[in-house]
Parts: sequence; C-alpha cells; structure tokens
Amino acid sequence: MAQTLSDSELVARCRSGDQQAWAELVDRFSRYVYAISVQAFRLPEADAEDVFQEVFARAYEHLDKLRDDAAVRPWLAQLTRRLCIDRLRAASRERPTADEELDLAGSEETLTMLEDALTVHEALASTPEHCREILDRFFARDESYRTIGKALDLPAGTIASRISRCLGRLRELLEGRTEADTPSGTR
Amino acid sequence: MTAFNEERLARLIRALPPAPAAWVRAAAELPLAKAGLDEIVARAQADADFKARLVADLEAALEAEGYERDPAVIEVLKVRFKSK
Repeated sequence: MAQTLSDSELVARCRSGDQQAWAELVDRFSRYVYAISVQAFRLPEADAEDVFQEVFARAYEHLDKLRDDAAVRPWLAQLTRRLCIDRLRAASRERPTADEELDLAGSEETLTMLEDALTVHEALASTPEHCREILDRFFARDESYRTIGKALDLPAGTIASRISRCLGRLRELLEGRTEADTPSGTR
Repeated sequence: MTAFNEERLARLIRALPPAPAAWVRAAAELPLAKAGLDEIVARAQADADFKARLVADLEAALEAEGYERDPAVIEVLKVRFKSK
C-alpha cells in the first residue's frame, strides 16, 4: 500500500499497458469508490458491486480520454457518483422514491468527508509500515487489540500506545504536507 | 481540509474500510482478461448476429457461447456494446 508513484505517473504507466500499475491504481482507489457507493449513496451491496466493477471497467476503457493524468481521482469520483445516481434512478422507477430521498443520497458533506479520508489514507501510505499496518487494522478494518496483537506479535498492552504514537506521526505528516507532497501533485 | 486532531484522523481512517477482496481482484485482473475480451470484440465485429445477441443480452449470449463468466470482462463489454 506504500505510495511511491504519483497519480499521474501511475496513470501514464497504466496507459502504456503496465499490468502491475493497473493493479496498483485499482488498489489505490478501491476503498474510495466502494465508500462513495455504500456510504454516500447507500447502495445495497449487489448494486455497489456492479457500480464498482463498472467504474473500473470504464476507467480501463477510457483511460486514453483522461485529459489530465493527475485528475484521475476526481474523474473516478465523478464516474462513481454518476453511476450511483443512475442506479438510484433505475431503482426508483421500480420502487417510487421521494425526490428528497434522491437529493439526500450522496450528500455533499459525505462526499467531502470521503475525499478528506482518501487524503488521510494517502498520507498513511507514506508512514512506516508498522504505523500503516496498526492504524489500518484498528480503524479501517475494525480489528480488536487481541486480533492485532496476534497478527503483529505485539503484547496487547503496547497496542494502544503504538496507535497513539502513530496517529501523532500521521498528524505531523499531514500538517507538514505541501502541495507537491500529495500523490497527484495537484491538491 | 481543516485541522487535524487524533479523533478526526481516526474517523477519517475508519471512513475507508477495504472493498471486498474479490471485487478488487476482479477489477485488478482486467488487463489479464483482455485477451479474451479482444477475442469477443473481434468476433462481434465480424459476426453481426453475435453482436446483436451481445447487445440484447450480453451475459446470456456469452454463456450460450461457452465463455467463462468474468464480472470485470462483462462490465467492459457492457460499456463497449451498451448492453444490459
């Protein structure tokens, strides 16, 4: 999960047919695409899966049409939002939905929060592996101290302090970040 | 992005749990599936009847022809043929 290539470098490699780069691009944005569909638009799992596959299928097909390689993140977000809205509209044709319900879906607030979350995950990818692993396991994967302790061979008593130390490190990293430090180099 | 504190950072990390592994794998394997994909596209270009069946019902047409069901490939073909 460590990020060494910028978004634009990654896109350029994908375009040249680098399979490993494509797998990395999918990995880099998979959580974001997934979260938009299930959190912002509250799609059922089956619809979310269809949207997820369609987003990456379209991205794969149309990567050549991306005008600015660094803009892959907003491009994928926009694609995901559009496909989620299509799904909700199709569902509302089958099961009439109040307009307000559709308006509320995908609230700007949630989408902005997810964008911030991706920025934090990108920064997390630049932290040392022991920090990345423990923060991801505890917060994103919702693993217990016991599970983490077993997996990382750590006494349960040291997990809380390591989490706290790593959060501090992540905070310093984010606060010290400049525009050029971000993977896309555009934010 | 506004200021960070530990609570906010924790909330933002928590906001992006992993997508199901099988979904990620299927999407990541798109390039590997491309050979099969290209074959289907070439065949559709040469065979109007096959193409019409793909457009009408892609998954049924592929199954009838004995192609293996690959969700990622199916999504790409849907984009190509604007099928259901």
